Amino acid sequence: MGIYLPIAEMSVNVAVLLAMGAAVGFLSGMFGVGGGFLITPLLIFYNIPPAIAVATGANQVVASSISGALSHFKKGTIDFKLGTMLLLGGIVGSTVGVWVFALLRSIGQLDLFISLLYVALLGTVGGMMLVESIRAIQRARGGTPHSLRRPGQHNWIHRLPLKMRFRASKLFVSVIPVIALGAIIGFLASIMGVGGGFIMVPALIYLLKVPTNVVVGTSLFQIVFTAAYTTIVHATTNQTVDIVLAFLLMIGGVAGAQYGAKAGQRLRGEQLRALLALLVLAVALRLAYDLFVRPASLYSLTSISGI
Amino acid sequence: MVRRAVRFLVLALIISLAGAARAQAPEVTNPESIQIGLSTDRVIITSDFAGADLTIFGALDNSDPLVTRQGRYDVIVVLEGPARPIVVRKKTRVLGMWINTHSETFVNVPVSYSVATTRAMQDITNPGNFRQMALGAENINITPMNRDGDPATLVEFTAALRERKKATGLYSERIGGVQFLSQSLFRATLHLAPNVPVGTHRARAFLFKNGVFIKENSAQLAILKAGFEQRVFRTAQTHSFLYGLFAVGLAFVTGWVGRFIFRKD
Repeated sequence: MGIYLPIAEMSVNVAVLLAMGAAVGFLSGMFGVGGGFLITPLLIFYNIPPAIAVATGANQVVASSISGALSHFKKGTIDFKLGTMLLLGGIVGSTVGVWVFALLRSIGQLDLFISLLYVALLGTVGGMMLVESIRAIQRARGGTPHSLRRPGQHNWIHRLPLKMRFRASKLFVSVIPVIALGAIIGFLASIMGVGGGFIMVPALIYLLKVPTNVVVGTSLFQIVFTAAYTTIVHATTNQTVDIVLAFLLMIGGVAGAQYGAKAGQRLRGEQLRALLALLVLAVALRLAYDLFVRPASLYSLTSISGI
Repeated sequence: MVRRAVRFLVLALIISLAGAARAQAPEVTNPESIQIGLSTDRVIITSDFAGADLTIFGALDNSDPLVTRQGRYDVIVVLEGPARPIVVRKKTRVLGMWINTHSETFVNVPVSYSVATTRAMQDITNPGNFRQMALGAENINITPMNRDGDPATLVEFTAALRERKKATGLYSERIGGVQFLSQSLFRATLHLAPNVPVGTHRARAFLFKNGVFIKENSAQLAILKAGFEQRVFRTAQTHSFLYGLFAVGLAFVTGWVGRFIFRKD
């Protein structure tokens, strides 16, 4: 069954989009990620213009993160003060990102920039995760326990000024890295249409030494609001949010996520991380392939007034 | 007063004389003409739109039965979309990657251009005539914004523009798309691509006799999005902030409701 997307101005298959949303939702539920980094490339592979894929992806991230954020809110595992500081940075980063987005689009380099960012980030994060999880699997076989958090160990971040106390995280740390991290995530959210959890979570754990029990909740809290803000700014500046497309992805996504979460409970943490790493690397490779292999046509057309 | 009456009389005389001359020698004035009619003046794009065929009926007036019998009348029907500025970009290899490096802007490119003909274009008349009439996807006037650009580059980008438009189905040609139903009645079937742009399109019909252009006629066709699609599109353009707010609200509600419906614990 076909459906016409009013903003993308094209006909697409409803079943394909629902399945795409459900598959990504399943994976995001299983791995506890937002799924934006899968949705946006998949939409691009499905010939949705990248500008629309990114803005609509940000909208879908809101729906896929709200459910997780709510359950963390109920459990009380969100550090609101830390989350709000991250969000402040996120709003700045996202505003800059949407501006850069519009600029790149006008000079015809947006698609390239999106692909490059995806390849670089997913390649790096996926590679690091794969190495880390393989080590963890080997350690688990060897039987040595390992803790992610190493308290007492200080790095350069703890020497920065403007320190602030975050009670829920039992942290006393400078706000500069917190706001900078939020800004980077906001920037990526607006240009890549991702939530940024795959960068946020490791950064909070390894750089800021936030206790693992509040990491995911705080990250989700920030992602929901940064993605919501990004959606609104994209809608206002570029008019590239396709609500019909977003809604189809959301329906598939929220349904898939609940089943994915169930499936995820049966797998071990490090195995899950290794699988996620492979998935992330696969998406990066697929995008890199498009960059390096001669395209079917060297020419492309862009209408100036519309999309 | 009198003078004016005289002048009127003279004028009336001249007109009646001309009328008499025409009545005496009808074959000299070559009065064939072509009419087309659209069954509708608007096509609505609904949510299940996946391309469509548009049928245009037309008639020849005062056609010569002898020429008709020999099949020497040819009709070309064109449906031309609104003209918009377009940027054509070319990728070249930089550091192993294919990157947009060159671009050329054209100011008045018809967004779509679909042609239906009675026979292959080259069998109707010679290419020079088509070029002179700017008829056919190969011959439409495409004006570059930078007129002083390198001619070879402009030729290359213009060709690429046409090739891309054909590849996406927006420029199409259907040989045999125009069929004569009777001596004077014909039917043209044109293709509307799934990505046909909205706006005012112009249907034009051209009549050829023995390879000579005789007459042209045209009609307007509005292609619109259906109520819902149109409203979404309009809202996104005019009330973009509220639209964004609504999109976020929808995401909140979907995520929240989905949690209750699909919760497995």
